[in-house]
Amino acid sequence: MLRLPRLKYLRPKTARDAARMATELGPRAMFVAGGTDLFPKLKRRQFDIDTLIGLDFLSRAIRNGSDECSIGAGATLATASRDGHLNARYAGYAQAAGLVSSPPLRNAGTIGGNLCVDTRCNYYDMTYEWRKAAGFCLKKDGDICLVAPSSPRCWAVSSSDTAPMAIALDGVAILAGPDGDRELPVRDLYRDDGIDYLAKQPSEVLTGVRLRAVAKTRSAYVKLRRRGSIDFPIAGAAVAAELDGDTVVRCRIVLSAVASHPLEATAAEDFLKGRTISTDTIREAAEMAAKPAKPLDNADLSHFWRKRMVRVVVEQALAQATTSTGGSVVKLSGL
Amino acid sequence: MKREVSRDVERVVLTLDVNGEKRDLLVPSHKTLLEVLREDMQLTGTKHGCELGECGTCTVLVDGKPHLSCLVLPIQLEGRSITTIEGMAHGSELHPLQVAFAELGAAQCGYCTPGILLSARSLLEENPRPSRDEIREALAGNLCRCTGYIKILEAVELAAGRML
Repeated sequence: MLRLPRLKYLRPKTARDAARMATELGPRAMFVAGGTDLFPKLKRRQFDIDTLIGLDFLSRAIRNGSDECSIGAGATLATASRDGHLNARYAGYAQAAGLVSSPPLRNAGTIGGNLCVDTRCNYYDMTYEWRKAAGFCLKKDGDICLVAPSSPRCWAVSSSDTAPMAIALDGVAILAGPDGDRELPVRDLYRDDGIDYLAKQPSEVLTGVRLRAVAKTRSAYVKLRRRGSIDFPIAGAAVAAELDGDTVVRCRIVLSAVASHPLEATAAEDFLKGRTISTDTIREAAEMAAKPAKPLDNADLSHFWRKRMVRVVVEQALAQATTSTGGSVVKLSGL
Repeated sequence: MKREVSRDVERVVLTLDVNGEKRDLLVPSHKTLLEVLREDMQLTGTKHGCELGECGTCTVLVDGKPHLSCLVLPIQLEGRSITTIEGMAHGSELHPLQVAFAELGAAQCGYCTPGILLSARSLLEENPRPSRDEIREALAGNLCRCTGYIKILEAVELAAGRML
């Protein structure tokens, strides 16, 4: 049986109190909101902590303004995926939230939790006994990366669906620390490091995210995974395109699950600027976007195939963002 | 791992609203809702599956929505309404979904059935006339290794028709 370790559960009333508790307790404590990713990892003993700091006080509200949309970090993924305003103006974001995991987990999992979700690796997301038998890895208890043994760093994969979309939509994260609040563009929330993957201080609480509203911007998120009903992404593309007729004014393309952080495809973005949308343009941009993706053999299915599929998910996301407001999941026939 | 055993167990006093009854409990704060339901409240209809949020057999309703009891602490659910499979029937009168599942043989080993029934109940309360695809989507988090799902989908449709 996989049971949680013995833990204390603290119930702060505000983000400031939570941040102060985290500062005082240091690495012995972690924040928990929905717990859908944290609890399995605690059961597998991937973290050594003795205290949980509950974030039940976080706002669950989605406030729609004319210039921006403000989403409380406590809003569930299910709520965000069904919100009418998000679906109308930030379709890719609602789609990304609706493609996280399975329906019951989306009822518990939160927007804040998905933005901060731990990086994943086949050698890390295993039980303590499995990892002990195979040899511990750099990310937890060991001193070598089992995916790339000659590498000095950890290559665990960024596995958030909503983070790439929030970056593509110029999202801003709101952080509460022990001494005050600050704002950080979501793109600056991540580091290219499988272990220390978040740029926020461990004691800072993510209290919300703001998405900027730009007229004529359409977005889409396409996700690749083995089982359409539950899995983490093994490749994904978030696209936000500002169009003037058929001409691209600005286009953001951010990839998920192909690096230790959401990967911005800047060369493809620059290529698309000022061009007229066509099948050929989309295909060429998708090929450029896929180039920086370097999936390794540490997630589901073959990494060679995942590399080839990056172009496909980008192509589909670009086509959807420039022709409709929806996103989708790539169908894996034959699996 | 070794250090865990030497830690004190923090126990918390809680009031949980389960199947419309408020129950006062003294439980370790690290026990999941699944463990508390089965071990402290003897509500063993909620099944113990993968323990990692993948199979859905431990599904309960929290404020009417499906949640996985293996991935939530009771302390997080104070003040919220929890429904387990024991709360689905009214006395000796089965819920129409339970009747339909029995009539159509929508269970084989039956281990996934409590979770599927509760997910289906939540769906029908929100959407009384779901399409086949909407039923599939609503039950996507509940795995069944016996039936192949067809009879389950048919049973939900039969119950939905009778509940209109």
